[in-house]
Amino acid sequence: MDKQAKITISDLNLYIGKQHILKNINVEIPPKKITVILGPSGCGKTTLLKSMNRLTDLYPDVKVEGKIIIDNDNILQTRQDLTKIRQKMGLLSQQPYPLPMNIYNNVAYGLRISGRKNKRFLNKRIEHYLKLVNLWDEVKDRLKEPASALSIGQQQRLCLARGLAVDPEIILADEPTSALDPFSSEAIEKQFFELKEHYTIIVVTHMLMQAKRIADNVIFMYLGEVIEQGDAQEIFNNPKQEKTKAYLKGLFN
Amino acid sequence: MRFFVVKRHIRNRLHTNWMRICIILVISLPFLIGIGLLIKSSFLLKDYSIIDLIFSKEWKPLSGKYGFSPFIISSLWVTALALIISAPICLLSSIHLTQYADRYVLRIIHPVIDILAGIPSVVYGVWGILVIVPLISRYIGPFFGKEISGYSIIAGAIVLSVMIIPFILNILIEVFKTIPHELTEASLSLGASKWQTTKFVLVRKAFPGIVSAFGLGLSRAFGETMAVLMVVGNVAKIPEGIFQPGYPLPALIANNYGEMLSIPLYDSALMLAALVLFVVVLFFNLVSRLAIISLEKNK
Repeated sequence: MDKQAKITISDLNLYIGKQHILKNINVEIPPKKITVILGPSGCGKTTLLKSMNRLTDLYPDVKVEGKIIIDNDNILQTRQDLTKIRQKMGLLSQQPYPLPMNIYNNVAYGLRISGRKNKRFLNKRIEHYLKLVNLWDEVKDRLKEPASALSIGQQQRLCLARGLAVDPEIILADEPTSALDPFSSEAIEKQFFELKEHYTIIVVTHMLMQAKRIADNVIFMYLGEVIEQGDAQEIFNNPKQEKTKAYLKGLFN
Repeated sequence: MRFFVVKRHIRNRLHTNWMRICIILVISLPFLIGIGLLIKSSFLLKDYSIIDLIFSKEWKPLSGKYGFSPFIISSLWVTALALIISAPICLLSSIHLTQYADRYVLRIIHPVIDILAGIPSVVYGVWGILVIVPLISRYIGPFFGKEISGYSIIAGAIVLSVMIIPFILNILIEVFKTIPHELTEASLSLGASKWQTTKFVLVRKAFPGIVSAFGLGLSRAFGETMAVLMVVGNVAKIPEGIFQPGYPLPALIANNYGEMLSIPLYDSALMLAALVLFVVVLFFNLVSRLAIISLEKNK
């Protein structure tokens, strides 16, 4: 890889109780590109994603071993404040989960949490990020309405804006379009193209077509193991492993 | 073959009707009780105005004076205090159990809560007499410079708060369990700490549920009879402070219904007390149900 990797994962093993979920993961994720984690359902893609910002801490029976190095710091044994690390990464989940507050406060939440409470500053930032995700025109007159009143597609874009507002360097997206209609999905994918100039984007998906559309870099997983990783064109056109070939042919689905 | 089909059809209809009748029976019970109470208490309402009855202070059935305000005010005191005592305990422990504690803690606590909820109320009453009443007369009262027997509003409230804790706690645990994990994840990923997440996101999301849990607890506390009756003193006077004895509505009914002798309208007056109780509890329940409905809409 030409540039230094943004995230380097080495010898990562993850157990839930006695189940071995992630097996010896070694992965490098290049900066300012879209990396797609591809694989059939239940192969550990989401778990891998969540371990990158240590949301796995939430579940007491999860045990993690190995290293996840982000900006020269192993976040699994870090001395830094965990909330600072999490702010480096915006999370987009399968279904949008807007916070139980109005549209404005959904975006303002992360900013306020990190101590930025100036009203004019907030107004400017919120407008900026809502414009960035193409939601501003639809919601500018109803910023005080509860976020749950928006359509699912709008909610997902709101969640993206909310994540971007805390100024992350990395976007973690867990099947971000699986609950959306084709139009909204397209909007999100387009967004990723625009965002990758400034952000490192990691997208989990089991949709081969989507992966082909957006990926610069692919990690193919199967049953908790990384089978193959590398440049997207390379993997789609010239896969080396039998399992990757089979998945690309659609044999798993 | 066709014969059987017809028979099965009829049988099906028959069973459906049976079930329908049962449901109608259950649904109509509260209405029937309400109507019954209204009819019974109408004898008193013929001679007195309802406003006078509710606001007048004198309770002297022998001379025909039926003032309900000492009982209503005692009930309000005991219920409100009980809720004030139990609310923070319930809210904080439900948050701890669902968000912070290991899962096995909840598994252990659940049966404990159920046991607490299952203890007969007379046992709580005895506990109140043996522990709470002496505690108040010997320590808490003197601490505030008061010479008291201990049988008081505050004793009733303490016993009552312990009784409604398992009830409210159970509902709150369920409420917090319905909040999706992903919401917590979303808040954490924005850099919020766990406490910030709890305060700004979880409690807000659960708010209608919290309101309804306390509302149901309130209506339960308002109607609780035995344990309160045993420790509250039962003096038909408006209590001037929480260390004074009181006389809540349910205790009034329970104490007097058997021995009304033949005082005119006494029976009707007690029925009116029951009607007031019924209406208040109905109101709390209604508000709580509405809150639950709005919670489900928000999801």
